[in-house]
Amino acid sequence: MSLPPQGAAPTRRAIYESRLRRRSNLIAAGSTAVIVAAIILLVPLAPGWEAVKKSFFNGSVFARTFPGLLEAFLLDIAIFAWCAPLIAVLGLAIALCRDVRNPVLFPLRAFGALYTDIFRGLPVILVIYLVGFGIPGLGLPRPWNSPYIWGSLALIVVYAAYVAEVIRSGIDSIHQSQRAAAQSLGLSEADTMRYVILPQALRNVVPANMNLFIALQKDVALLSFIGPVEIFRQAGVYKSLMANFTPYVGAALIFLAVTIPATRYADYLMARQRGQR
Amino acid sequence: MKPLSLALAAGLFASVSGAALAAGNACTAGKTLTDGKLTVATGNPAYYPWVADDKPESGKGFESAVAYAIAAEMGFAPGDVQWVRTSFDEAIQPGAKNFDFNMQQFSITPEREEMVDFSLPYYTSAMAVLTTNAAVSNGVEPTVDSLKGVIWGADANTTAVPMLMEIVGPDRDPMLYGDNADVTAAIQAGQIDAALFDLPTALYLAAVLVEDGTVLGQFPADRSDNPDQFGLLMEEGSALKPCVDAAITALTDSGKLAEIEAQWLQEATGVPVID
Repeated sequence: MSLPPQGAAPTRRAIYESRLRRRSNLIAAGSTAVIVAAIILLVPLAPGWEAVKKSFFNGSVFARTFPGLLEAFLLDIAIFAWCAPLIAVLGLAIALCRDVRNPVLFPLRAFGALYTDIFRGLPVILVIYLVGFGIPGLGLPRPWNSPYIWGSLALIVVYAAYVAEVIRSGIDSIHQSQRAAAQSLGLSEADTMRYVILPQALRNVVPANMNLFIALQKDVALLSFIGPVEIFRQAGVYKSLMANFTPYVGAALIFLAVTIPATRYADYLMARQRGQR
Repeated sequence: MKPLSLALAAGLFASVSGAALAAGNACTAGKTLTDGKLTVATGNPAYYPWVADDKPESGKGFESAVAYAIAAEMGFAPGDVQWVRTSFDEAIQPGAKNFDFNMQQFSITPEREEMVDFSLPYYTSAMAVLTTNAAVSNGVEPTVDSLKGVIWGADANTTAVPMLMEIVGPDRDPMLYGDNADVTAAIQAGQIDAALFDLPTALYLAAVLVEDGTVLGQFPADRSDNPDQFGLLMEEGSALKPCVDAAITALTDSGKLAEIEAQWLQEATGVPVID
């Protein structure tokens, strides 16, 4: 925004632009108000609104179930907290496998490709079922057959595949000339990766990885399929006992309270990165 | 002569109008989804002994037989009964239903009663402990004290969850699953020691689905403050409810309901009671 110099009268151009700005602000506010009013006025006119309100937006059910949901959400946070660092480490390892250039180590490269192909290609819930029930079914003793261990492992292997692809795209985005320059300075291949390529590559992919971790935060709920009573399952129990879907709305609000700030933060990081370029 | 012919004419008229109604009695007229037909919903899949072979239209299995008995009581011939499949969530969602009544071991609770209508109960179930012989030889005993210490599982969509808390009160939080198949998978994987089900379901799972499975014992229905009573689920404010309730009362009074129960659920009587 170019403001007129202090003390000087606004130019005709500035007056015109500010009028234009005021006008579009008014129009935007007006159209938003019309839409919001239409939703508020028209939806309750639908013949089934009373029934929907009673079963999805039931105040007394909400009040009774919300504290239990919050408590169950702690388990989601815990699962997320121990999965996220392991995903980052495994994802980086797979990405490095895929970037190996020494012909002797070609099997590593093939493994990396196969790994991402398989785990990006499978629905998360399928992996959770197969790993979460299948591996403990082999006869592991307690506590090694815990659904927390194997369910978390399923999340980790799937999300590591996505993270690996994101990191690889970051590595690929660093121009070949940088490797050449590093080698001409006498850096070994490993040192080139460690001191030249990765610091730049990882910084470039932070926003993309943020998005993956927001997705992970939601997918943690899938672990409920193999037993852990986290927020989604707890909401399901309440739903079943009260024949009312309001607990799901409560769970949705709790998820949004975490994911919306995280999404905004990722947006902010991305915008800042664009600004730096 | 005149009174007689009048009476004859009246009798004729009555039989003609009776034939015109074709199906259903005076109570149900115009209250079903499709006139002259009764649409009954069951689970997908529906398990034995509630429905035999997942074929409710065969009339075999406890709930299937009860459905046909209720239909007959309300004046529907077996051919006028249609079956649809719904999940629990579909049964309780707001809006128009695609069934006249829904029958899949729905327990009657006051909270659910606020959202949907239930008929009078057609069965009162004991709760039973499903486990494996391996767990039993590892020292799981049919006493509440022993059962407190084991890792429990249950189907999250059933009233087994509050029952478990009320009757046993396990030391560790139970694991909950989306359906019977997942509970049995967890037992098989050794992730849980025992699971709480209604008795007939537990017997079926132990016999058929769980390898090495066994029913450790039962908690009789009168053990709980809120015994598990199954009712037909209907839309909130269903006009059909009085007709269904009348039919269930008639079946209970005539002993027909007990007869069907004896035919399909008789094994349920031989299970030891847990103290």
